[in-house]
Amino acid sequence: MKAAVIVFPGSNCDRDLAVAFEGISGRPAQMIWHKDTSLPVGLDIIGIPGGFSFGDYLRCGAIAARSPICRAVVDFARSGGHVLGICNGFQVLTETGLLPGVLMRNSGLKFVCRDVDLTVRTSDSPYTNSYKKDQNIRIPVAHHDGNYRADEIEIARLWDNDRVAFTYGDNPNGSTDDIAGILSQNRRVLGLMPHPERQNDAALGGEDGAGLFQSVAQAFVSTS
Amino acid sequence: MIARVFVTLKPGVLDPQGAAIRRSLGQLGFDGVNSVRQGKVIELDLAETDPKAAKKRVTEMCEKLLANMVIENFEVELEP
Repeated sequence: MKAAVIVFPGSNCDRDLAVAFEGISGRPAQMIWHKDTSLPVGLDIIGIPGGFSFGDYLRCGAIAARSPICRAVVDFARSGGHVLGICNGFQVLTETGLLPGVLMRNSGLKFVCRDVDLTVRTSDSPYTNSYKKDQNIRIPVAHHDGNYRADEIEIARLWDNDRVAFTYGDNPNGSTDDIAGILSQNRRVLGLMPHPERQNDAALGGEDGAGLFQSVAQAFVSTS
Repeated sequence: MIARVFVTLKPGVLDPQGAAIRRSLGQLGFDGVNSVRQGKVIELDLAETDPKAAKKRVTEMCEKLLANMVIENFEVELEP
């Protein structure tokens, strides 16, 4: 499995995500700078990391979504590639239009940084196949703009197509229907606000996030 | 030519910042503010001198970057 992580000015979870990818693929993830215009050949999965790309200027993820490399990421996803966006990466994915809706300011207006309880809502995806449906896990969130919003038709479509991947137990940000992470129509693009890469090793205080990366590994073993 | 872009939240989109401003105004004794909606103003200094062309160009900028059309509306105002 060949993985890459996109790095923007202001990304700060890029190394953690690279370590998580390396853990499942056995080889270092390629770090791709935002000014690059093309992706390495033969990639299986691209990670868009958490952080504060471009200082969250204009809107979170807005400027990153229009950067040269993101055009290549959009093409990669549209041709069936796997893309995982965590936190700021989720915001970037909504700004590119690869995932529907937006992430608005938390309803409590505060930056929320703590472990939260999540429910895995579907095990039918390359990111959740090693969890059980309705399994509860606990991993951290750290964001100011995680309040997921979309119009009623879009929200209904997400539920009807089993595209809500994770929901919050105790909603920390006011997200519609407690939504914490969603899948694209083809289930190969996942955006989520919580940070599985920060709970990916017992040394980090827990391994509830490891299931996501094991799922990715599993998905590529079974398809290749 | 100066173009001013007003980006506002679409009606019905929850605005927690606006709500916080309204509460704070209330605490300062400004009663009777039924609701507050917060937006932003972006000022562009353009090389373009033709108003029609400028408006078309800025509208494109809004649709591609300045506004998120999922939740925001925009208005363009030109100052010769």
